[in-house]
Amino acid sequence: MAKNATLPVGESGILKAIRDFLTGLLQKGLVDALLVPLELPGGGNVVPTMVSDAGKLGAANPLAPVMPVNSARLVSDITILSQSPKRLGVVLRPCELRALVELVKLKQANLDNLLLIGVDCPGTYSIDDYGRLARENKSLTTDFLSRFGKGEEDPLLRKACQVCDYPVPMNADLTLGLVGVDLDKEVLVQSHTEQGDRVISELELETGKDAGREAAINKLLSRRAEKRQQLIQHFQEEVKGLENLMATLASCINCHNCKTACPVCYCKECFFDSSVFEFEAEKYLAWAERRGAIRMPTDTLLFHLTRLNHMVISCVGCGMCSEACPNDVPVFEIFRLVAEKVQKMFDYVPGRSPDEELPLTAFREAELTDLGM
Amino acid sequence: MAANKEFEPVLVGFFCNWCTSTAADLAGTTRLQYPPNIRPIRTMCSGSVDPVYVLRALLSGADGVVVGGCPPGDCHYVSGNYKARRRMAILKTILSTLGLEDRLWVRWISAAEGPKFARTMSEITEEAKKLGPNPMKSDWSL
Repeated sequence: MAKNATLPVGESGILKAIRDFLTGLLQKGLVDALLVPLELPGGGNVVPTMVSDAGKLGAANPLAPVMPVNSARLVSDITILSQSPKRLGVVLRPCELRALVELVKLKQANLDNLLLIGVDCPGTYSIDDYGRLARENKSLTTDFLSRFGKGEEDPLLRKACQVCDYPVPMNADLTLGLVGVDLDKEVLVQSHTEQGDRVISELELETGKDAGREAAINKLLSRRAEKRQQLIQHFQEEVKGLENLMATLASCINCHNCKTACPVCYCKECFFDSSVFEFEAEKYLAWAERRGAIRMPTDTLLFHLTRLNHMVISCVGCGMCSEACPNDVPVFEIFRLVAEKVQKMFDYVPGRSPDEELPLTAFREAELTDLGM
Repeated sequence: MAANKEFEPVLVGFFCNWCTSTAADLAGTTRLQYPPNIRPIRTMCSGSVDPVYVLRALLSGADGVVVGGCPPGDCHYVSGNYKARRRMAILKTILSTLGLEDRLWVRWISAAEGPKFARTMSEITEEAKKLGPNPMKSDWSL
């Protein structure tokens, strides 16, 4: 049973309330360090930062509408080699938490000794848009949240965010709740585990209610579901067929940035970066001879189709792939379209639970019997 | 003359060592006739066929790919064919979602089924003939 508490928001604003909460975690020794987004001193971006000195938390801003990287990747980097006896709190958005759960299943991250703090996510801008808006408006985060509170959808949000189906965290110890909460007065702190309960009691947070939260979440979800259907339908028509697909991939330069930015594309050495794709001159010439010509660099379509085969089952839809693309290839849309179909085949929701099996590592004897004779 | 020649599809087969490859041997030693369109590649298990192998063949212009494994329940490695089945099902879903031609056949043929192997290769060759040449064969821009 979730326990609810609140952080009162005073004159000094919502960010102060969040910073005080995070400071409390460090000062009371509930965590030894925090992985949390901090505003860069020069402005223009908010970046994930490992903080051990509470004095640095004056710049913490986990609510800023920007996600430069999917931090699941960072938690993997931190935990994959060894466990620290020190306790780390990680403040993550819902898609980061879901990607982290996928990485745990892929044995690329470890949740031991972590306090998972999830944040409701109204959506994020691209880094460029955020940087520009943040320079124009010093209180961008609070203005953004107050517009969100009024139910306004910002058309400048990243496409992945506009159609996001999981704006509320799953598998967190604690959730910092924004949806359905009067953010001028308070932030909801919801605990889902004993660890979370302990934080609420140690910090002596006021107990509160989540009245109206569920209705507000459902309203947000249905708004986004509608947008998602529109996007998928429209995109499906645009991309279908070899000719259309190649037109969609026309600007791909095979840089593999989408793969690098993807939080669940976990291989240490990607097959496509391996020596398998180093060919003798004769090979290129033979390909060219056979078809009269061969596009260089080769294997653009093979790369995207293979990545779909390997990763789409775990795609959390964070859209980092599209952000990383230098030429605006709609990688996110391709993955969203295909994920919708493939994840449904196995009734799989990536990041729903660390105890669920990865569909590619499991099977049922009686399934898919129409395939193969 | 060449223009009148019937289209002969190029088929690439990934056959597991323990069942379908052995069935191919049996078909040969019992002198069963089947079309020579299939180019068999022996793999240790259908579960070791990465979808990228299938895609590489199709994108390089193969007119069809056949993945052959042990019948469900009879995998030499207990469950490799079940995993192959999920992978190939996902591959087929991806191809159909993106509107690409599905030229992949999955067949379970046990080591004892020489006649089934010959029959299956004939059937698939016929189906591939009906599909016509793979349009990816002549596309230089993939």
